[in-house]
Amino acid sequence: MSPPEIKEAILDILESIAPDEDVTNVKDDVPLREQLELDSMDFLDIVMELRKRYRVQIPEDDYVQLATINSTVEYLAPLMKDLQKA
Amino acid sequence: MSYDAVIIGAGLSGLAAGIRLAYYGKRVCILERHTTIGGLNSFYRLAGRQFDVGLHAMTNFTPKGTRKGPLARILRQLRFRWEDLALSPQVGSQIAFPGVGLSFTNDFELFRSQVHEHFPAEKDGFEKLASAVIDYSDLNEPVAAQSARAMVAGWIKDPLLVDMIFCPLQFYGSAREHDMDFGQFSVMFRSIFLEGLARPWAGVRLILKNLVRRFKLLGGELRLRAGVRQMVTEQGRVARLVLDDGSSIEGQNVLSSAGLVETMRMCGGPSGEAPESGQLSFVETLSVLDEQPSTLGCDRTIIFYNDSDRFHWHRPEELIDVRSGVICCPNNFEYEQPLGEGMVRITALANYDAWRKLSPEEYRAAKQAAYEQINASAVRFVPDYRSRVIADDTFTPTTIKRFTGHDNGAVYGTPQKRRSGTTHLKNLFICGTDQGLVGIVGTMVSGILMANRHVLETSREDEAEIIAASAEI
Ligand SMILES: Cc1cc2nc3c(=O)[nH]c(=O)nc-3n(C[C@H](O)[C@H](O)[C@H](O)COP(=O)(O)OP(=O)(O)OC[C@H]3O[C@@H](n4cnc5c(N)ncnc54)[C@H](O)[C@@H]3O)c2cc1C
Repeated sequence: MSPPEIKEAILDILESIAPDEDVTNVKDDVPLREQLELDSMDFLDIVMELRKRYRVQIPEDDYVQLATINSTVEYLAPLMKDLQKA
Repeated sequence: MSYDAVIIGAGLSGLAAGIRLAYYGKRVCILERHTTIGGLNSFYRLAGRQFDVGLHAMTNFTPKGTRKGPLARILRQLRFRWEDLALSPQVGSQIAFPGVGLSFTNDFELFRSQVHEHFPAEKDGFEKLASAVIDYSDLNEPVAAQSARAMVAGWIKDPLLVDMIFCPLQFYGSAREHDMDFGQFSVMFRSIFLEGLARPWAGVRLILKNLVRRFKLLGGELRLRAGVRQMVTEQGRVARLVLDDGSSIEGQNVLSSAGLVETMRMCGGPSGEAPESGQLSFVETLSVLDEQPSTLGCDRTIIFYNDSDRFHWHRPEELIDVRSGVICCPNNFEYEQPLGEGMVRITALANYDAWRKLSPEEYRAAKQAAYEQINASAVRFVPDYRSRVIADDTFTPTTIKRFTGHDNGAVYGTPQKRRSGTTHLKNLFICGTDQGLVGIVGTMVSGILMANRHVLETSREDEAEIIAASAEI
């Protein structure tokens, strides 16, 4: 998957976690915690959705990488580069 | 048959936990002893009418778009849209004590100004109390366990105001007699005063049906008339569950919403494991009116009343305690269309043992008498609707016990909660009321939390670490 595809995948996940949010407005460089007021349970959900959908395992120490869309894409790019778009 | 997880009880916590697990591909089976779902908050038909067992109002209401708080959390975790619960906010409620009434709505400012107006000397104290409640964090365990009565007394001097604040919080969520711990007090204060009350037009069945539909679509299995009689343990684990019909089921993990004491009994838990059963139960009366209550002047959503100098929150000596109670008109929410019929529901404290000892004839008579006494007590606080009643029903602590299996018909379970959810058995966990979160919303949060923590996140030992890690994000 290319970085734009990964971003799309993350937005899909955010959309499923928060069906009432319009994720097209989410800014790439502002912490998700601030923008969507995601809490620790929501971040765990992002991790679990990634595992469920793409079989990517994210060790706990790396959760900090999921702060913004940009940092998440950057972090996931090497892990997901060989995956086909779902 | 072996499952990744077996859940005991198809109440709100069990269903919420089931959805989480099924969503992440776990093979999960919910076992429910009763013939229907819902547990303490089910619904039933009587003489052609639909009644809710428990629902007065859902607490923790926050408007659409709110991102914080338990309701938002449930919606996200269960992947529901705000519209799926179809909640209509309350019209307005009251706490009615001798000589003074405090009104509140879902806008905290009204309650605040009411307190300021009726208790001007307590203005500062009330503000201190409110900010302590807002600042309260579940993670602050030493504060959570403290006596709420003692802490509130440090801010508010007038015992009347103290009692008026405690009354709704205890009626809607205190398993402990007399006092609450400050954690539970804060959770309830937020859920009622800072967040608010709401109800789906169609009642609790709408919520339950949405939950079950979601659970089944995700591949979850629900078995009714499948009571768990016993859990067979081997090497510190639940090896299998034996059902009432003698058949067995195996699960990697077991989540039980049957209650802590009740669950320990099923697995022969060591005596130190099981705390005492709860003591607080209710009689609930339901009156169908030939008119909308507001037309008769009963225009409040909920009235928490008390007629005595002090408010007493303990198991009554007699069958019921009519000094205090909760009057609810399910009609008085901001629906798009009115409910078909008028309804007044009243909750009063009751003593399980006193009810249990009655013979069938005595029971019938006592139930009728309780209906009359409770409603006679209530009409001191609302216009008298009694001549307009066209149908009624009453249920008692023994009814609650019979349909939910909770010892003593204790609606809020044992006072000694098991916050961690863990037990002496490695793969057995407590969820729902006895994990410590009560009410419809609370118990769903509990099911979600326990499913996440103990089944979905088993690789992670320490919840504190997760919270610390995500705090850095
Ligand atoms: C009269 C009344 C009014 C209420 N009003 C409100 C209100 O207005 N607002 C609000 O938020 N809350 C209210 N509540 C509280 C709310 O209903 C409960 O907090 C909530 O439903 C508890 O859900 P739970 O899943 O924790 O437990 P339960 O609903 O008790 O679920 C446990 C389930 O386990 C099943 N079970 C037990 N033992 C076994 C076994 N051995 N094998 C298989 N199944 C078993 C039971 O049958 C039950 O279905 C009210 C409750 C009552 C009784």
